[in-house]
Amino acid sequence: MSKMKTGGQIVWESLLKEGVEVVFGLPGGAILPAYDDLMKYEYPIHHVLVTHEQGAAHMADGYARATGRTGVCIATSGPGATNLITGLATAYMDSSPIVAITGQVPTSLLGRDGFQEADVQGVSLPVTKHNYLITDIKDLADAIKEAFYIAGTGRPGPVLVDICKDVLQASIEFEYPETVHLPGYRPNLNAPSEDSIARAAVLLNEAKKPLIVSGQGVSIARAEKELRQLAEKANIPVATSLLGIGTFPATHPLAISWGGMHGEAYTNYAMQDCDVMFAIGARLDDRLTGAFDTFAPNAKIIHVDLDPAEMGKNITIHTPVIGDALLTLKMLLPQVQPNEHPAWLAQIADWKSESTDRDIIAQETDELVAPYIMRQLWHATDEGDATVVSDVGQHQMWEAQYFHHTKRRSLLTSGGLGTMGYGLPAAIGAQMGLPDEEIWVVAGDGGFQMTMIELSTVMQERLPIKIAIINNGFLGMVRQWQDVFYNKRHAGTPLFNPDFVKLAEAYGIAAKSVTRKEDVYDAIKEAQAHDGPYLLDFQVEEFTNVYPMVAPGKSNADMIRRPMPNMEGEE
Amino acid sequence: MSEIPMKRHTMIAWMEDKPGVLNRVAGLFRRRNFNIESLAVGHSETPGISRMTFVARGTDRDMRQIQTQLDKLINVVDIQDVTNEPVVMRELVLVKVQASNGNRSQVMQIVDIYRASIIDVDLDSMIVQIVGPEDRVESFVKLLSNFGIAEMVRTGRVAMVRGGKSEKQVQMETAVLGHSNGNQQ
Repeated sequence: MSKMKTGGQIVWESLLKEGVEVVFGLPGGAILPAYDDLMKYEYPIHHVLVTHEQGAAHMADGYARATGRTGVCIATSGPGATNLITGLATAYMDSSPIVAITGQVPTSLLGRDGFQEADVQGVSLPVTKHNYLITDIKDLADAIKEAFYIAGTGRPGPVLVDICKDVLQASIEFEYPETVHLPGYRPNLNAPSEDSIARAAVLLNEAKKPLIVSGQGVSIARAEKELRQLAEKANIPVATSLLGIGTFPATHPLAISWGGMHGEAYTNYAMQDCDVMFAIGARLDDRLTGAFDTFAPNAKIIHVDLDPAEMGKNITIHTPVIGDALLTLKMLLPQVQPNEHPAWLAQIADWKSESTDRDIIAQETDELVAPYIMRQLWHATDEGDATVVSDVGQHQMWEAQYFHHTKRRSLLTSGGLGTMGYGLPAAIGAQMGLPDEEIWVVAGDGGFQMTMIELSTVMQERLPIKIAIINNGFLGMVRQWQDVFYNKRHAGTPLFNPDFVKLAEAYGIAAKSVTRKEDVYDAIKEAQAHDGPYLLDFQVEEFTNVYPMVAPGKSNADMIRRPMPNMEGEE
Repeated sequence: MSEIPMKRHTMIAWMEDKPGVLNRVAGLFRRRNFNIESLAVGHSETPGISRMTFVARGTDRDMRQIQTQLDKLINVVDIQDVTNEPVVMRELVLVKVQASNGNRSQVMQIVDIYRASIIDVDLDSMIVQIVGPEDRVESFVKLLSNFGIAEMVRTGRVAMVRGGKSEKQVQMETAVLGHSNGNQQ
């Protein structure tokens, strides 16, 4: 038989070679030849039809974060492709590996403002790790091979391959390339220098108040075990970034939660007071650090990252270690001496108990509030044996504060870009990758409505996703900023919401509304027991805010703490 | 921030000669807010590889960012900061200077002194060309401006390190030609 294949066939056969089992997409004119070939040749790839292409990109992202494998999304030219952009930008900020395949107008129409033409290569340029425009079928297989290679290696990220329609229709003898030729891309040089490891070890061994700050890079490198060995060997407390949640069990005695704008107060105190900070696989972005020049003022910072461009980008680094987190930890472990740090750990325990009294106990109320729901969810999932996909806003912070993640990759959330609407579609992607996992979406009423149209995808795929809407009738986090910085003028933040229970029912999804604290646990249990998706509409107290809070541009030392009972808005 | 010293750096980047690569570089400069004074691109000695010389201004941090962020572009094969290297720097400038019977000889004298050359003469103007390092070019242009400059075009500075090939260059060439990074999953 001839090895002649159409461009459409080459797309699917290349995906098969890359081990792709599922893709998320929505067809249209320019990508149609590829869709036709999928059905015509019955390729064993499951196509998930999305409702809107933004959902396809988030699904590919959720799939990638949950499984560690590259997610794939497909869209047509013009609006199909531009609808992917938010999802690509989200994945780019959070280093999530995606390959996006888009149809483009035929080469004869390129640049002539043809129907559904958009400069997708140009538009996606700043939000992808790399991208391709394929105008000649002989470049197609190489581009797809390279796209997967680039997306999944080094610091992962999204790669887009834009393919002209006539390329999909053309034919060529197909052979999937064995290797890639990318002289400017060397992700395999990722062992840190011996010298940097030795310097890091000396700093850690001499530290009186050492602190590990662990980021998502640890999870990408699958280095959670080695991180724990390091922490335990030298008794170093471990804080995480928001995306680093899950890299170190939150219930471990050395775990000190996550830091930054809405991190726990004691975590921020520890970051500000430590004398050596070992930041590994974290970008040290402004949400974690507060004002750059006030971050960890007493610390010699060791920054471990695969990406040399992260060194000193935001924060002045004492010892850069450029390398893969796993290799770094493996090299470092034998050089780090056992240690106790009793005074430092006691100091942190003091801060922790003050934080607990101040921020958690003071929070106790008879009203229905999200922190309580998150604690109940944690108990109901056998203390965190589930994957939570949060959206963006107040609920996201409460989830991260009160649901103590103990499993790796068990929190998927849009950290860098802060994309409202991420939750539901990312959960769909995650569930497609992990069919047996219990998956919860935790979303606000605002963000949920941005992508709730994907409920039809949930039903179409019969996914047993459980959804908890933290419904306070506001764009809550924006409202919180208005409360704090704009004299409580709530411009554009009160929401007029649909009846979420009826809405779910319209999709054929079981749902229940919860208004009382005492019903929370049972409602969660009922949702879990239900065979299929379930939506819980938690109608929470409207005006609760997230504390502590570091105002943008302020130091982490200047946290706004929770107002105490009998106190008016104390800072 | 104002106390942090701003310095000028000359960098050379080698890039795969592919469509859109200049767009990627320019987009990165814009997006990351890098301050670029001059930029010149052309072929290098290696087929398929273009060479870009650019001069940027900023703090040490800015320079490290420019270098590392550019290097992350897939099509950028290598980048080198040659500011502190023994380097030959040249720029070519064409100037159409106003020169009539009254002052033509004065212009010609200046051209002679600067070892520039006259490319074209018209009744009331001349096109002169100078190739040289920055200070010579600047002072030449400044002198000519006294006569009135009708048009000017500058190529932007190009740079080359003196002496044999640097180790980095050799590495880069091996990578490009020898498929030696053998990227394979």
